Amino acid sequence: MNSIQDIARLGALKEGQTARVKDILQEGTMRRRLQDIGIIEGTRIKCLQKSFWGDPVAYLIRGAVIALREEDSDQILVETVGLHRGTEGLKS
Amino acid sequence: MGLTAHSTGMGAVDQGLQIARRVPGDRVIALAGNPNVGKSTVFNELTGLNQHTGNWPGKTVATAQGTHTYKGVDYILVDLPGTYSLLAHSAEEEVARDFICFGGADGVAVVCDATCLERNLNLVLQTIEITPNVVVCVNLMDEAKKKQIDIDLEQLSRNLGVPVVGAAARSGKGLRELMEALSSVTHEGRPTPPDPIRYTAPIEAAIASLQPLLEGRLAGKLSSRWVALKLLDQDDSLTASLRTHLGFDPLADPAVAAALEGAGPSPPLAAYKSAIVLAAEGACADSVTLRRAESRDRDRKIDAVLTNKWTGIPIMLALLAAVFWLTITGANYPSQWLSDALFWVQDRLTDLFVYLHAPDWLHGALVLGVYRVLAWVVSVMLPPMAIFFPLFTLLEDFGYLPRVAFNLDHQFKKACACGKQALTMCMGFGCNAAGIVGCRIIDSPRERLIAIITNNFVPCNGRFPTLISIITMFFVGAAGGALSTGLSAVVLLGVIVLGVVMTFWISRLLSHTILKGVPSSFTLELPPYRRPQIGKVLVRSVLDRTLFVLGRAVAVAAPAGLLIWLMANIQVGDASVLLHCAHFLDPFAHLLGMDGVILMAFILGFPANEIVVPIIIMAYMATGSLTDMSNLFALKDLLVQNGWTWLTAVCTMLFCLMHWPCSTTCLTIGKETKSLKWTAISFAVPTLVGMLVCFTVATAARLLGLA
Repeated sequence: MNSIQDIARLGALKEGQTARVKDILQEGTMRRRLQDIGIIEGTRIKCLQKSFWGDPVAYLIRGAVIALREEDSDQILVETVGLHRGTEGLKS
Repeated sequence: MGLTAHSTGMGAVDQGLQIARRVPGDRVIALAGNPNVGKSTVFNELTGLNQHTGNWPGKTVATAQGTHTYKGVDYILVDLPGTYSLLAHSAEEEVARDFICFGGADGVAVVCDATCLERNLNLVLQTIEITPNVVVCVNLMDEAKKKQIDIDLEQLSRNLGVPVVGAAARSGKGLRELMEALSSVTHEGRPTPPDPIRYTAPIEAAIASLQPLLEGRLAGKLSSRWVALKLLDQDDSLTASLRTHLGFDPLADPAVAAALEGAGPSPPLAAYKSAIVLAAEGACADSVTLRRAESRDRDRKIDAVLTNKWTGIPIMLALLAAVFWLTITGANYPSQWLSDALFWVQDRLTDLFVYLHAPDWLHGALVLGVYRVLAWVVSVMLPPMAIFFPLFTLLEDFGYLPRVAFNLDHQFKKACACGKQALTMCMGFGCNAAGIVGCRIIDSPRERLIAIITNNFVPCNGRFPTLISIITMFFVGAAGGALSTGLSAVVLLGVIVLGVVMTFWISRLLSHTILKGVPSSFTLELPPYRRPQIGKVLVRSVLDRTLFVLGRAVAVAAPAGLLIWLMANIQVGDASVLLHCAHFLDPFAHLLGMDGVILMAFILGFPANEIVVPIIIMAYMATGSLTDMSNLFALKDLLVQNGWTWLTAVCTMLFCLMHWPCSTTCLTIGKETKSLKWTAISFAVPTLVGMLVCFTVATAARLLGLA
């Protein structure tokens, strides 16, 4: 179990940091859209680059580069552990 | 390779999903795939058609169809809009899903991007759930190789249970293998592959109880397992489609309803989605290997500069200025050659009419009316278009446009609009009608309307030459040389930036008045950079655009030229009809810093903006003393003789940037919004803004005694 300090919002990642998705707080269409691009619990996300105004931010997600706005990335909880890879649970 | 004659103008309007099988033996193949994986390239290579291609997600928003003959069988290929899934969250996804389910496709080719295969498999797995007749086409194998990604196609095929072929569609590789695989899966009597995705035990149990109840009703048209899954998922859009296409409402069936009841509370959607994502991960685990961990180095390095906090926006402006500079410099000479040649032909035509003793009115109407306006359209308008367009297309092919959207998104968010609006604006540079259709990539209806209404603030290819010629004549001098063309480019850049700023302001204004709302969530994909296909882009976009522009010029400019000549030569009272019209419009046009002739030209230019400047020239020549002018450099003299000042030039440029959309664009807006009200608003907003701006500028300049 991770301590609470390890959990952060995706939007709080610094450029170059990698994290693993813990939970998606977003509901409805956006939640499904995030799942469409492969963001589920356990997915590794790397923060690549911030834009001129610091928002949106480009992330590396399953080999694709996707930009998210702050409002949306703040709805994704991650644990800032860069080394683990893999997914748990959910598969029958 | 950018917009084509097919994808602009009236061609931009959707063809719909009616499939015409010419003979019963024809096979229908749907091309599905994530956005920006090269579906349209595969489609173009196989059908020989020219669907718009370009390196950004969402560029194919309408469906297109074409045919390909393989081993004596005709295949009707349908290019579906790019989607990440078939769960029908958006209009495109519903179109794609309904076509695969009910469109009568014999097989589906799912085109994938080899460089991010795992995510693409999401859609593959969902498609296999619907129909077993699937071929996976792993495109961009060449890119993957460069990025040191190894893909074991045979292993992948074993994992998925369907044929998998590798391809590099841009160079035509792998397409024969694709057709071979499609021909085998569309043959009867193939063993059904195993279910690709296993769900959790409770879901599987519920599926098992529903399947037998559905089997009979679906009559083999759809997989009962998949429909059961959708019912458990409470997918209302599918039940609606089932009613429409099969006349079957499963929820009205008491046995089905009871079984659904018995299945208990439906498991969260996340469970379905996670199962698919995990299955995709599993299918890739032993078939995709990344030889170097940081294999996307090159793209990251380019992005570090092009989307950088400090250099991103300056580079964007510099690139745009460079494109303008090349356009202006490059267009000068061909314009001169064309006008020399075309007016030489005019003189020969005159000789011919004299030789034939043709009546004066016939010579006037056909040569001085129709032919001359055509000559002006071709010589002034064509060269800048033929240069600007391919240059812009190269940037599009390279993958730069989504980076523009990335750089500008924050401003759109402040305007409570969607960041993808930047992409629709880029389309607008080519053709506003195409830009309007492109607005389909914006999911929120409110944000989509904002993008549609403001699209016209980006000057299309047809309005560029007007701006360029006025800038060259009035602000830089006709002297030529690198310095003056450089200056022209900077002034033009200023005009474009003004258009973009107006877009932000008006978007924000709309968001706070008639289209109130908060910005909605969105994801913007930044695709890998690709080396543009320079040769192909040049040939196709020049040819397509040339033919397109010439066609439109003939269709619109010829009657307009005739009309102008008639108006100038039919006398009513003491003056020609043309003068009467110009005088009638004059007081109002004067308030806007222009004159009656200019405003009339804009009105007559409603069918095509390309003819505005030629009409102004024609009208002045018909009324003024200077009747034999066949030199571009004499143009300024003509305008000045007719009272043009720097203020007239500025106001004409501003009005060119901000006035009503052309007729094709209006029709497209009508089709896209299906609302007269929003079409009228889209017409009125840029018009009123333009009038207001022109009035303010003109009044201020006059009050300050500057003009």
